[in-house]
Amino acid sequence: MAVAEAAPAPAPAPASPGPAEAIAARSRTAALRRFCRQQPLGAVSLVVILAMMVAGLLSEVVAPYDPLAIDFAGILSPPSWQHWAGTDAFGRDVFSRLIHGSRTALVIGFASSFLGSTIGAVLGAASAYFGGRIDDLIQRLVDILLAFPLIVLALVVVAVLGKGLVLGIDVNLICAIAIPIVPRVARVVRAAALSVRVMPYIDAARAAGYSHVRIVFRHMAPNLVAPYLIMLTAHIAQAILLEASLSFLGLGVAEPTPAWGLMLSGNASDFFREAPWLILFPGLAISLAVFAFNLFGDSLRDWLDPRFKL
Amino acid sequence: MTRMATAALAIAAALALAAGGASAQAPKRGGNLTFAISAETPHYDCHGSDTYATLHFSAPFYSTLLQFDLPKYPAVKGDLAESWTVAPDLKTYTFKLHRGVTFHDGSALTSADVKATYDRLRNPPAGVVSTRKATFSDIGTIETPDAQTVVFKMKEVNAAMLEHFASPWNCIYQAKLLGEDPNAPKTKIMGTGPFTFVEHVKGSHVAGKRNDKYFRQGLPYLDGFKGVFTLQAAAMLNAVQGGQVLGEFRGISPAERDRLVQAMGDKVRIEESSWTLNLLVLFNTEKKPFDDVRVRRALNMAIDRWGGSQGLSRTSTMRAVGGVIRPGSPMATPEAELVKLPGFSKDIAKSRDEAKKLLREAGVPNLSFTLHNRNLAMPYTPAGIFLVDQWRQIGVTVDHKQYDTAPYLAGMSSGNFDVAIDFSNLFMDDSSLGLAKYLSFSRAPENRSRSMDAELDSLYDRHMRELDPGKRRGLIQAFEKRLFEQSYQAPLLWWHRIVATHKTVMGWEMSPSHNLGQDLARVWLNQ
Repeated sequence: MAVAEAAPAPAPAPASPGPAEAIAARSRTAALRRFCRQQPLGAVSLVVILAMMVAGLLSEVVAPYDPLAIDFAGILSPPSWQHWAGTDAFGRDVFSRLIHGSRTALVIGFASSFLGSTIGAVLGAASAYFGGRIDDLIQRLVDILLAFPLIVLALVVVAVLGKGLVLGIDVNLICAIAIPIVPRVARVVRAAALSVRVMPYIDAARAAGYSHVRIVFRHMAPNLVAPYLIMLTAHIAQAILLEASLSFLGLGVAEPTPAWGLMLSGNASDFFREAPWLILFPGLAISLAVFAFNLFGDSLRDWLDPRFKL
Repeated sequence: MTRMATAALAIAAALALAAGGASAQAPKRGGNLTFAISAETPHYDCHGSDTYATLHFSAPFYSTLLQFDLPKYPAVKGDLAESWTVAPDLKTYTFKLHRGVTFHDGSALTSADVKATYDRLRNPPAGVVSTRKATFSDIGTIETPDAQTVVFKMKEVNAAMLEHFASPWNCIYQAKLLGEDPNAPKTKIMGTGPFTFVEHVKGSHVAGKRNDKYFRQGLPYLDGFKGVFTLQAAAMLNAVQGGQVLGEFRGISPAERDRLVQAMGDKVRIEESSWTLNLLVLFNTEKKPFDDVRVRRALNMAIDRWGGSQGLSRTSTMRAVGGVIRPGSPMATPEAELVKLPGFSKDIAKSRDEAKKLLREAGVPNLSFTLHNRNLAMPYTPAGIFLVDQWRQIGVTVDHKQYDTAPYLAGMSSGNFDVAIDFSNLFMDDSSLGLAKYLSFSRAPENRSRSMDAELDSLYDRHMRELDPGKRRGLIQAFEKRLFEQSYQAPLLWWHRIVATHKTVMGWEMSPSHNLGQDLARVWLNQ
């Protein structure tokens, strides 16, 4: 007893994950390896997306020049070692504007897709779960919204809402892009939720007297994560393209903010004949980003959806 | 013999060419002119507007007392006035009107209509905006001894009064219409001009057809016109290139000119001139911290106008550095004097150091604000990009917002802005016009900085009465010194005008102002 009391207190546990955490980490690593092995194109697109995210997050460090700095001595310089993607009509470095533009694209792309997909998923799940008049009402609303092409609906919303900057981010633009995404996600998630709703464990949860919110979020939602994630990634590409289109039309972000769509309009449309790099590089950036997100979304769908594994 | 025959042939050929040339230049009647207007007017009232969007829309429907004679600019000629006399003391102007002039509703124009128009311009009723109020405040009385005679008696001498009577903004309205509703011209068109109003399809176009009862025999030549609103520069250029529109009469950038010449070759006519138009940097003096002269002056001093002129002139319509009078015109301040004024120094590093110091003293070293700008690509967008960069270099953060013409003007007129890019749209070089925009807000509603400055008003009044050119120039320079020291608003850069039209468009005359010559009465199509 005395020996036990005299013994030093046990040393604090080393900062290593506990057994459960370690297993989870190993499991995640294994899943990632499996994803890379089974979906090599998806893995490549993931690398492109991660590279864009790093470039966007660390743009101040990565970009060789200030994207807003005007240099009249270097107006419309072709690509060179000093300016990898040339300069624009104000002598601004196009490569630096592309790097900073990736932040605009990703922030607006992620935010709009997340907002639109989440609202769409909630509406879709609620529509399937409640059925009846609520389902009818939501689906007719979805029908109305689906009747408009994505770009037309976004144009209408952005024209009505105008611009609303919060911390330098145009929240109204995010809403304008998110709203057309809502009905598309709602329709897909509703279809998935309809099959989940008839599962015996949902009946059991109802019989146990659980609330609707608990049933939807605790018991149905986990089974809807796969279609939700797939729609989320697929719509990031759509959102990036939509943001570029709206900026090109003068309804997105405003000069001098670096944004890919905006780089394609404005002085690029005046000078693209003598300075083709003004449209070449932003066009490539938009194409690459959209291609990467679409490819990643497809790969994720193939990987997560058991029907594609048959 | 051979020499004589050759000479005779040469003379005959020359005469034939001359005859052919003359017949080629003889105006042809008929056809519809379709042209581009790069902005849509917020209303139809010439008196309350200073944007070309209103004038390019409304001018074909209206007449004015006098007009500028563009080939002899700045000489004037009669429009509704058949003749006129000016008293030697410059205090009485008597106009005789053409007989048989009718409004588009068939009613006859009389001197009462001219009086009602000028009463509205100089002393607008409550709820009516006249941006020419300061200009015409020198008119004492307007008399109409008979239906064809109007006599203006001046309170004070204005040496440029005759040119002011030729202002394209002084559309003559119908007295009856103004009596019923003084604001009617904002929404209703009723003039005596060469074209009658057909339709205004919002977001699309304005259309007019020939006024068969136009008082000038044989005019207009065109059957009608259509002004198409092309808000995007690229759309306008494509339309000109594709022949959907035959020109745009405001002006295009050097790059746009080069593109059209490259694409259209000898089918396009390019005309160039310096321009009686500049962009202004405007501070809302009723808002903090822009009520502090140190803040305004710091922001004005941070702008490298000379560097900007060299760079922006290559890619935009902006070109010359100048004060409140068009650079190169007789009363303009010479460069040697201009560089001594705040905001015009060529030592930009020193100016910016001084600007940072002023901001620190004012307690706003990290100032941030919104720049209110117009959504017109040329040259408002380049100007906005340039200013954001200039102010960034003294630690100021700017949120750049661009609006369509109507909300842009409404925002500035209501004082709902921090800092704005405004314009000084002049139709002539005379300082009585050029300085008027900077008078106290109570005298000049077009002063959108809302500043009140008795010293500027006094200098303006003194310069108006001064008939000695040398002394007048001195007073203009004193006016500029006071204006830029206070920096309520200051010119950014003056524009260079380039107009592209299809060569089939004839009879349209180029001038240093895009406000002039837009009634289209003598324009015809060579097709």
